[in-house]
Amino acid sequence: MEFEPVIGFEVHAELKTNTKVWCGCPTTFGAPVNTQTCPVCLGQPGALPVLNGRAFEISLGVATALNCEIPRETDFDRKNYYYPDLPKNYQISQQFRPLGRGGWLDIDLGAEGTRRIGIDNIHLEEDAGKNIHPEGATHVDYSLIDLNRAGTPLLEIVSTPDIRTKAEAEAYMKGMKSLLEYLDASDCKMEEGRLRFELNISLRPKGSSTLGQKVEIKNLNSISVVLKCIDHEIERQTDILEEGGEVEGESRLWDEAKLVTRTMRKKETSFDYRYFPDPDLVTIVVTEEQKKRIAEELPELPLAKRARFAEQYGIPEYDAGVLTANLQMADYFEAAVRAHDNPKSVSNWMMTEMIRRLNEAGEDAGAADFAVRPEALAELVRMIDDDSITGKIAKKVYPLMVETGRMPSVIVEEEGLKPIDDSAIEPVVRKVLDENPKMVAEIQDGKMKAIGGLMGQVMRATGGKANPQTVQTLIKKLCGVE
Amino acid sequence: MSLPKVDHVGEIGEERVRHVALLSRLELTDDEVGRFARELTAVIHHINKLEELDLTGVEPTSHPMPLTNVFRQDVVVPSLPNEAALSNAPEQRDGCFKVPQII
Ligand SMILES: [Zn+2]
Repeated sequence: MEFEPVIGFEVHAELKTNTKVWCGCPTTFGAPVNTQTCPVCLGQPGALPVLNGRAFEISLGVATALNCEIPRETDFDRKNYYYPDLPKNYQISQQFRPLGRGGWLDIDLGAEGTRRIGIDNIHLEEDAGKNIHPEGATHVDYSLIDLNRAGTPLLEIVSTPDIRTKAEAEAYMKGMKSLLEYLDASDCKMEEGRLRFELNISLRPKGSSTLGQKVEIKNLNSISVVLKCIDHEIERQTDILEEGGEVEGESRLWDEAKLVTRTMRKKETSFDYRYFPDPDLVTIVVTEEQKKRIAEELPELPLAKRARFAEQYGIPEYDAGVLTANLQMADYFEAAVRAHDNPKSVSNWMMTEMIRRLNEAGEDAGAADFAVRPEALAELVRMIDDDSITGKIAKKVYPLMVETGRMPSVIVEEEGLKPIDDSAIEPVVRKVLDENPKMVAEIQDGKMKAIGGLMGQVMRATGGKANPQTVQTLIKKLCGVE
Repeated sequence: MSLPKVDHVGEIGEERVRHVALLSRLELTDDEVGRFARELTAVIHHINKLEELDLTGVEPTSHPMPLTNVFRQDVVVPSLPNEAALSNAPEQRDGCFKVPQII
């Protein structure tokens, strides 16, 4: 029997605020352990939470961009469970009246167009602290807790189980990350755990409309890991079903070392969270005027920017899609084009030389931190356009720009890569012609293909610094075929 | 453990008391389980009495004060120093709260 996967995601995004969601402690990543806490986020009795207005505002922006319905009233509930990284013994979340319901995200499937993935709900909650397992810890019987992260605003975006293929899963994760970056809602660094994906996946016979038993998978810290995990889980569940077994409803953890998922806890023993409204916090009323203002203040979103890039800059739709898939890349492109108006060439350099290098640097690497600044790329393109250097030399200069972060004009000067004066080219051409009488004869016979071979030799002899146009003209002239 | 939403009408059984005790990390003796079952049943009786009221058109209240939209500015205030944060910790190590190992 052929099975099809049914996949949904819970996205957890730490919001980009200065302070935590219920207290004024900072949210700076990497601070010394337990130095960003106060009675509120330590869960001291009597300490009272007060909602961070900015965190709520950002959340409403995301809900609006994801086409959710924002209710007039929304409030916060307690989710009760015991875990050492949760000092209050409850997490403040939104169970009964979340701030957004029933939206969607259009995902980009390349040549297959777009597909609409439903958003069940969006709610604002708080992150937990961090468990530190002591280094080389095989013999220790304790864990250490750092509560710096406890209380960081966390937006949870729950999709409906609409995803059917790995390609759709990838497009959903990338689309969501891109959107959160465009909205400046989260810095989305997956390696730092600032953006996390939890996967739920079940199988059903292809064509069936019932849902199979779903399994939740946690501990997925990059998009590529999620994709590996989907492959593994489809295989695991297929094996069980083909042997006539039943998939158990459970939470599983991804084990990156072994590339497998393993049981975390069974649903039977899962917690009974006993949600109830948090009496320490009050209801938030969102007015129609506020919703309207937030919708008006949304920045240009990925699909709109893509259409504008293709239209305004005359670059291919595909290139526009790549350049707008993340905001840093899009801003980089526009900064370079502002500095030198040749969008096609700027786009080509980015699509080839830059994106490959960023990909090699990992999923979190962004254009904003790239060694070659947009002004430097613009200068390089300008130098090619006004014949200050040849395309061939530019290909040599670019890696040096990546390495040193210096401007191309400085590199060309220092490395002696300036093009050879046209008057200096002629002696080189004469020498090459003298050494290749056969090819000269071919050219004079009308076999123009031979010009290419001679040009190659001249370019080699000049280290690529001769203007190809000049070389070609000289060869023809000296062969007397012009 | 999966229990029905309610026990016999207006009653809290011993099994439910044990379940709630487990969720709340309370260790109860058999005597205490019996006593809490009786006492909580009395509380439920009282609640059931309230449920006889006709509340058509009355909004649920989760907060006694008619307050909405209380926000804080997103401005950093100084946190506690590490020593103060850990001062109530039963055990500590390397600037952290030390707890039994978590798998
Ligand atoms: Zn705090």
